[in-house]
Amino acid sequence: MGKRGYAAMTAPAPVELERPDVEEDLSSDRPWLAIVWNDPINLMSYVTYVFQTVFGYPKTKAEKLMLDVHHKGRAVVANGTREEMERDVEILHSYGLWATVKRDD
Amino acid sequence: MSAVKRTRKGIVLRLEPEEAALVRALMEQLLELLGEPPAADDELAAVGISGDAKKPDDPVLARLFPDAYREDGDAAGEFRRYTEMGLRDGKREAAGTVLMTLGAVEGVAAGVDTVLDEDQAQAWLRALNDVRLALGTRLDISEEWYEEAARLDPNDPRMAMFAAYDWLTMLQESLVRAMF
Repeated sequence: MGKRGYAAMTAPAPVELERPDVEEDLSSDRPWLAIVWNDPINLMSYVTYVFQTVFGYPKTKAEKLMLDVHHKGRAVVANGTREEMERDVEILHSYGLWATVKRDD
Repeated sequence: MSAVKRTRKGIVLRLEPEEAALVRALMEQLLELLGEPPAADDELAAVGISGDAKKPDDPVLARLFPDAYREDGDAAGEFRRYTEMGLRDGKREAAGTVLMTLGAVEGVAAGVDTVLDEDQAQAWLRALNDVRLALGTRLDISEEWYEEAARLDPNDPRMAMFAAYDWLTMLQESLVRAMF
């Protein structure tokens, strides 16, 4: 663990491009994930701030997600449709976070 | 020594003249790295779409604009085509806000307060982060960078970059704490 930052990462499972059936029950139809990866430059305080600002998460939830990224190397920060997750990842990139889209498996 | 406080007027940032000069120089370098906005007659660019879907060769640009799909090059390329131009614009705009708010105190010899509203303070946070990502990537910063920097020969040319990185880290930390 770094003095002010946080660290390295592992590879996720491959992404599948098959689209979900729109007729499915919406409550369980949230098959895409936005993932944030650990890196040694982004500050823990800043990452927490970004999760609160971008997702409107309360501080406790934002901090828990930040610590998951920090300790586990990555965390799922949102789920939804592919378009929603691409939008979230684009916003996270605008803040300089290392974020990716992945289909839930 | 720089200081950040929240007051009724907004976020107040106090920088020494040499600190303001360093921030200004780094923002100008960031703008240079991000490149010029596309020409006005580029029709795809006008709607925010780029012809180029390739990950940048420069590791700093690759870090500022990472692949959004780790194991699907085509999807990562499409995402890049539709988002990178807008992301570049946003980063240019944030660096521009830093230069504009710093410009207000230009020519003053003593340390002066820069007063930022919430949007300006957030632009500062994002631009400082981009500069740290750029410097950190160039320095190949790891979790143990602090120990590494402490072991460097004082004449090592990277010393000044480590010092700038360290100072920017403290400034960003103070600013983010003032914004919570």
